[in-house]
Amino acid sequence: MPGATFRIWRGDAAGGAFADYSTEVTEGMVVLDAVLRIQAAQAGDLAVRWNCKAGRCGSCSAEVNGRPRLMCMTRLSELPLEQPVTVEPMRAFPRIKDLACDVGWNYEVKKRIRPFKPRPPDAPDGTWRMAQADVERVQEFRKCIECFLCQDVCHVLREHAKHQEFIGPRYFVQVAALEMHPLDAEDRLAELGQTQGIGFCNITKCCTRVCPENITITDNAIIPLKERWIDRHYDPIRRFLGWLRLKGGAGSGP
Amino acid sequence: MPDAVLPLPEPRRFGETQRRDVWWLAPLGTFIVLLAFVLYSTWAAFQGDHYAWGPYLSPFYSPELFGYSQHSWFGPKPVWWPSWLLFSPALLILWAPGGFRLTCYYYRGAYYKGFWADPPSCAVGEPRKHYLGENSFPLILQNLHRYFLYLALLFILVLAGDVWKALWFSDPATGRTTFGLGVGTLVLAVNVVLLGGYTFSCHSLRHLVGGCLDVVSRAPIRCRAYRCVSCLNRRHMLWAWASLFWVAFSDIYVRMLSLGLWSDWRFF
Ligand code: SF4
Ligand code: SF4
Ligand code: FES
Ligand code: FES
Repeated sequence: MPGATFRIWRGDAAGGAFADYSTEVTEGMVVLDAVLRIQAAQAGDLAVRWNCKAGRCGSCSAEVNGRPRLMCMTRLSELPLEQPVTVEPMRAFPRIKDLACDVGWNYEVKKRIRPFKPRPPDAPDGTWRMAQADVERVQEFRKCIECFLCQDVCHVLREHAKHQEFIGPRYFVQVAALEMHPLDAEDRLAELGQTQGIGFCNITKCCTRVCPENITITDNAIIPLKERWIDRHYDPIRRFLGWLRLKGGAGSGP
Repeated sequence: MPDAVLPLPEPRRFGETQRRDVWWLAPLGTFIVLLAFVLYSTWAAFQGDHYAWGPYLSPFYSPELFGYSQHSWFGPKPVWWPSWLLFSPALLILWAPGGFRLTCYYYRGAYYKGFWADPPSCAVGEPRKHYLGENSFPLILQNLHRYFLYLALLFILVLAGDVWKALWFSDPATGRTTFGLGVGTLVLAVNVVLLGGYTFSCHSLRHLVGGCLDVVSRAPIRCRAYRCVSCLNRRHMLWAWASLFWVAFSDIYVRMLSLGLWSDWRFF
């Protein structure tokens, strides 16, 4: 059976280094299989987080040969096995041990996003009506499995550590899902520029490239949010027209 | 959000990465092609000559507000133009399509990588620690993209008009104008199609036609327009590069004709 070398980062928050492990490779294996095989046979204390092995839970995020990937969805047949395969933890979050890192910051960010606030019901029985054309845009965003690979690759977090001023692509997806929802009546645009830092995103699309759910994060979530934010802050013409419409609407209303 | 700064691993050095692929190829390609385009278009714009031939007008010079070709809207160089200031019809108008491309969402992402290494490529170490993003001057001006879009839409109309004019050839001997079709007509027509694809796939246009609405289904025409622009928008990068290449080629085509270095082939 052919073998391959895996160069796995071992260490904790204080520091660490890569260690090489060789293991057998069989057809259909993914990186997570190899890591678990190494854990079972050679490194019983190797910390690795995983759960579903099916690309659904988003726990096995790591960097494989320098690219943020789900280990359970990265087939060894896609990788050049003549060289060691590097496996290291995500770099945008504090390290705990080996491949496990502390993604708790993301959950704190999530709490700061204003929740869904539906408009008053459309029908007397307390229900709403939505057209497919209006919901389909936000359906894409609901595929997110919170693997945080997009957060990891985003240079605003990874290189510039703007965790206090910038919520990251995953949460722009969440804001977009709420903000563009046809029933939602909440306004999240003020925070978007001020405390959530949308202006830090320089639309370099790394987040879109790594998303295992193929969510078009930059084009469908971030840029439309930037445009809405521009409507509010940089477009006096639209503001004036909106004001006129509001006045006209108020005058002719019931 | 936790107040304390997160204990993250040391950021990587400039260019440092564990990536195995040739990650520098795409940003280098962007750098070379964009730089070549900027140098050529600046040179061509400052020439102020050889931008028209017969019924053809180079797109770098259209609309020709003031100038010496038959395409000029308001006659030759205005008398009030300061003598110390270089005059070229392209300089009067080229800032608009230039600004449109400069502030385009796609090009921004591409040139931040290719020219500013911010980041050099995804998951590759950066040269600078300091980062302001598009939050402050001058990059905050990128938010003016939609104003350039309004102008770009007008330019599409003007360039379409140029294609119409490029169908009417005048005979130098008799002075009669006849309907015809030359390779140059096709070159200018393809240019309008590609620039149209680029302009109508713009993210700002997508927002303005329908993206700004949460309930777009109540406005059926806008709903249709939103779908069309979204469909084009999926290929915005492709439109951006194809139209960039072709607009430069259109200028070269007309310039070569005007210099007599090649001749136009007439279908009829
Ligand atoms: S497009 Fe924006 S959010 Fe996505 S990785 Fe780049 S800077 Fe980060
Ligand atoms: S948007 Fe994609 S990459 Fe980001 S957390 Fe969700 S699934 Fe993962
Ligand atoms: S183990 Fe669940 S996504 Fe990989
Ligand atoms: S986003 Fe590229 S032209 Fe508007």
